[in-house]
Amino acid sequence: MAENNRAVVKLKEKFAASIIDVVEFRGEVTVTVKQEDILEILTFLKQSLLYNLLTDLTAVDYLGKKEERFMLVYQLFSIANKDRLRIKAPLTEADGHIQSATQVWATANWLEREVFDLFGIVFQNHPDLRRILMTDDWVGHPLRKDYPLQGPDREPYKGRLS
Amino acid sequence: MATTEKMTLNMGPQHPSTHGVLRLVLELDGEIITKITPDIGYLHRGIEKLSEYRTYHQILPLTDRLDYLAPMSNNLGYILAVEKLLDIEVPERAQTIRVIMAEMTRLESHLVWLACHALDIGAMTVFLYAFREREVVMETYELISGARMTSNFFRAGGLSMDVPPEFEKKVRDFVESMPGYLDTYEGLLTTNPIWLMRTVGNGVISAENAIDIGLTGPALRGSGVDWDMRRDNSYSGYENYQFKVPVGENCDTFDRYKVRLVEMREACKIINQALDRLKPGPVLADCPQICYPPKESVYNSIEGLIHHFKIASEGYPVPEGEVYQGVEAPKGELGYYIVSDGSSKPYRLRIRPPSFVNLQAIEQMSTGTMIADLVAVIGTLDIVLGEIDR
Repeated sequence: MAENNRAVVKLKEKFAASIIDVVEFRGEVTVTVKQEDILEILTFLKQSLLYNLLTDLTAVDYLGKKEERFMLVYQLFSIANKDRLRIKAPLTEADGHIQSATQVWATANWLEREVFDLFGIVFQNHPDLRRILMTDDWVGHPLRKDYPLQGPDREPYKGRLS
Repeated sequence: MATTEKMTLNMGPQHPSTHGVLRLVLELDGEIITKITPDIGYLHRGIEKLSEYRTYHQILPLTDRLDYLAPMSNNLGYILAVEKLLDIEVPERAQTIRVIMAEMTRLESHLVWLACHALDIGAMTVFLYAFREREVVMETYELISGARMTSNFFRAGGLSMDVPPEFEKKVRDFVESMPGYLDTYEGLLTTNPIWLMRTVGNGVISAENAIDIGLTGPALRGSGVDWDMRRDNSYSGYENYQFKVPVGENCDTFDRYKVRLVEMREACKIINQALDRLKPGPVLADCPQICYPPKESVYNSIEGLIHHFKIASEGYPVPEGEVYQGVEAPKGELGYYIVSDGSSKPYRLRIRPPSFVNLQAIEQMSTGTMIADLVAVIGTLDIVLGEIDR
């Protein structure tokens, strides 16, 4: 059960006001927290609860589906305890930036650059926030839901005609 | 007194030892590297974006094209993530064949790594031998899936079809001869003074730094961290197999070389155990909403044809929710994070490629070393640009 998860218990003790939601689905625990406190929570999880590996960092665009457009997703893993935890933080489009996790894990460097490149989310205090997959002069952020699949200024693909 | 100035050198994207289209901008002081700036994205095809416009079934061929040296591992990770969302059981025979193919893929990927790594450092013979053995794995791929590289063989619920009768003998013969071949490679390299000079003490990264930068797979185990997802976060029935997880001590290129060679021997043992367990039975779950009907039924009955058409045209709805599934791919942890909104297409599919994260370590491992050693570091990280750029 999600309530008995070791991280959830500790997080509820220490950051009760920051936790928005705790969900368990298919055996995976997801904790949604306020984005203002993300850095403190991640630091606490790494240092006190030994989530020493940041497996993945990505974002989801909920354009028109949720009040806050973006959702940052952090997949944590503890090599010592061999368990996983997913932390999510909602972010409004108007806000558009969040504290960088690079000072907690060096891994976050390229992962955040990718999120910046493909979603246009700005990470504060990131040492080297440049585009990584797209070219430097690219306009737009391809993984946003309002970015067309075929690219800008092109006719949408209508399928084979024959 | 002559003055010297730093030189900027462009390595790649077309360079034989960058293993694809990796570009490194090097700042050199003589032959010493003072700064490395990797430049990636030349192979970006937008696979994550494309996936949002395809049904779960149609995404599978895209996953082959991530790490094209280990297509079955990519298929496996994706299919396991979809199955986790669907919450379906897979028949035992299908699981066992998946394990066999995932380990064959590990052998294939490691053989290509060994071949190219040795070639980069100057040992050409190993390259020719390793590609000879890799060919057998390619033939096995062709035997079961019809394709040598883009296998597209696994399906949500099992496999696309059962393996042909000659499969077992072909695989058994291969894994029985493989340890002998590995001895040959080791005879050429492990005690070879040139090999030792090039690899011992090269690309050192401590366990702590390796975890901090997010290394996974053999690169992390080479630094002495004893963690293997097959053993510790078991999936697809790996808990039923006996195998050792090798770890290194000195955190250098030579230890990572030894770790990968032991992994190949262990892969042979796992395949042998899996072949012993292989019993006749179904290879696809009894789940008509998700699995395609057998071909006899499609060709001979109207119900079968409608059934096939319905899944092919509409796909199948997947329960709302989000899952992350990682597998121990040959290069490290390959993860799929899927957000489903309940329709037949994923709302968001995120691929966590091991090579992308591992490549980040190149700055730490090579800054301050000679430029010739950089080639050994690229080899030991075992990167594939197809999955870095996606």
